[in-house]
Amino acid sequence: MMMVPREEYWRWSEASWADPDKHWKDARVVTLGIDVGSVSSEAVVCLDGELYAFNTVRTAAGSVESARNAMKGVFERTGLRFDDIHYVVGTGYGRVNLPFAHKAITEIACHGRGANYMGGPSVRTILDMGGQDCKAIRVDERGKVTNFLMNDKCAAGTGRGMEVIADLLEVPIEELGPRSFDIDEEPPPVSDVCVVFAKSEAMARLKDGWSKNKVIAAYCRAMAERVAALLQRVGVEPDFFITGGISKNIGVVRRIEEIIGVKALPTPYDTQIAGALGAALFAHALYLKAQGKPQAA
Amino acid sequence: MIAHYGYKDAEGEFFITIDTDRCGRCEDKPCVAACPRGVFTVEEDPYGDTVVAVDDRRRRRLKYECAECKPAGDRPALPCVRACPWGAMTHSW
Amino acid sequence: MITAGIDVGSKNIKAVVLRDGRIAGEAVGSGGFEQLARATELLKQALRAAGCATADLAHITATGAGRTAVAFAHSTVTGVTAGARAANHLFPGARTVVEVGAEESRAVKTDGAGRVLDSAVNEKCAAGSGSFTESMARALGMTLEEFAVRSTQSTARIPMNAQCTVFAESEVVNLIHSGVDPKDIARAVHDAIASRVAAMVRRVKLEGDVVLLGGMAHNPGFVKCLKENLEVETLLIPERPELADALGAALVATDRAGGAPGERP
Ligand code: SF4
Ligand code: SF4
Repeated sequence: MMMVPREEYWRWSEASWADPDKHWKDARVVTLGIDVGSVSSEAVVCLDGELYAFNTVRTAAGSVESARNAMKGVFERTGLRFDDIHYVVGTGYGRVNLPFAHKAITEIACHGRGANYMGGPSVRTILDMGGQDCKAIRVDERGKVTNFLMNDKCAAGTGRGMEVIADLLEVPIEELGPRSFDIDEEPPPVSDVCVVFAKSEAMARLKDGWSKNKVIAAYCRAMAERVAALLQRVGVEPDFFITGGISKNIGVVRRIEEIIGVKALPTPYDTQIAGALGAALFAHALYLKAQGKPQAA
Repeated sequence: MIAHYGYKDAEGEFFITIDTDRCGRCEDKPCVAACPRGVFTVEEDPYGDTVVAVDDRRRRRLKYECAECKPAGDRPALPCVRACPWGAMTHSW
Repeated sequence: MITAGIDVGSKNIKAVVLRDGRIAGEAVGSGGFEQLARATELLKQALRAAGCATADLAHITATGAGRTAVAFAHSTVTGVTAGARAANHLFPGARTVVEVGAEESRAVKTDGAGRVLDSAVNEKCAAGSGSFTESMARALGMTLEEFAVRSTQSTARIPMNAQCTVFAESEVVNLIHSGVDPKDIARAVHDAIASRVAAMVRRVKLEGDVVLLGGMAHNPGFVKCLKENLEVETLLIPERPELADALGAALVATDRAGGAPGERP
């Protein structure tokens, strides 16, 4: 079992970054966004509504502790202290428990805002898929959410379903994507939606003489069809932006693009921070509003 | 905003969809009291509207929460949908 | 008259041979990939137990998810119909039939004489059937028997958040790590599945006595939780609840051999 690398895959790495060309002392408004997710937690600092620094850590036992760990990293890197921050917004499943946040905002709203910043105002459809959930979000040109759904009930529509199949076939999860294209002909998707029953189906296919790669392809195709159905429920409109660990699995991404007929936008950003970034941007707008200043878009 | 609460699993799609632009205009939120299972909560959405949402503990088991209102072999009008004066709510069944 | 019913599930195959409406022979075995060969074998076993031969059979009816694989059957019947038929054969007049097997669960309302009036089925999501408990027992490192018995000893009620077998496995592991008593976890697992089954019963509306069929009827942890969730004092459980569908199919075979036109495959 490859417990650690598996988690790393969906979590991205514990990373911290600060823009060397900016300094917080020059900024008028310093805001902080904190996203406490089920697997990892992120802190993002924005200066006057622009991304400045971030830090991501593994989520610890408690939401508050995870949030503190994430903040600590960003403070150490930038020399900021908590008192220098004008406004804090919390998001993610642990958002309601953060005592130092001025406001809690849903991860859907924060995600939409963050993706709008990273992908630009032309982004209309966002897919976020991590180890434990899948979100399909439509936004307007300002990143305001117009339509969304989130599926965190069924493992079949999340990264977790991929992990199960990777374990079953004893293939490292990062190899699933490339191997799914190393086949003679695209097989039909696995028919069982349920991960538990799909496992038996995969075993039966191997017994029929299918190669592992062919089984992987059939599984990636089924996953792509499932995700595409969720996307179609909210409606797909370009530009299309993908965040979360799934973006690293080209076996699923290429097949989704083919089904919906739209290619995903490339991005230089670490999209793992989308939620926390959105929270910091909300914090900026909320602070200006509280000061009675005209709100920046 | 169109908010879909629920899930898709191997049994099918179980979503409650709320049009928050309509829901935000509704003063009394009668659907909350109409639901025998306490499926709904009232919250302020990120854009400042006071709207109805599906309770977090119920969201992942809507097929079972709504079982009483959705008899086998029939599709009656649902109490929550019937209570909504703005036509803001639909179920995917 | 001698007839047979064969229930081909994705996991197990069961065969029942009836002589003049009474069980004369039975056989249970695993299914696997070669369903037809296994079904043939198990029918022969059941016939041997009954002391008769294939040629004596007036009619064979197959049921279960793999029923169409049984090429030699004269007719087929759905599991819902077979279960209802068996339930009212064993408990005439009972109106509500609950059946929970390894990979499927259902609630059926009957007319008390074996005819189906309404049904609600859970067959595609593994969290809705008996295999959910098997996965959780495995995560706890207990045998199914131990898991079931421990569950009945719990007095605490802890909630389970995950509604998916895969996510529930991790939740159970987390509960163990945070020091929750295994018997309380076992109870939570049985309660979760019982509440899903009870919801299906609400869809057909509980009426009169409730019959419980299927392999899960052997699980005292589940039975206890199901009674609580349905708010009933007793559940009518036959001696061999796991054979119910095969028995129902054999009863249908008897009806059809008796002149009533059967649906030929
Ligand atoms: S269908 Fe399977 S994977 Fe999906 S929720 Fe049910 S048990 Fe989990
Ligand atoms: S269908 Fe019934 S239980 Fe479900 S949300 Fe509506 S009123 Fe509540």
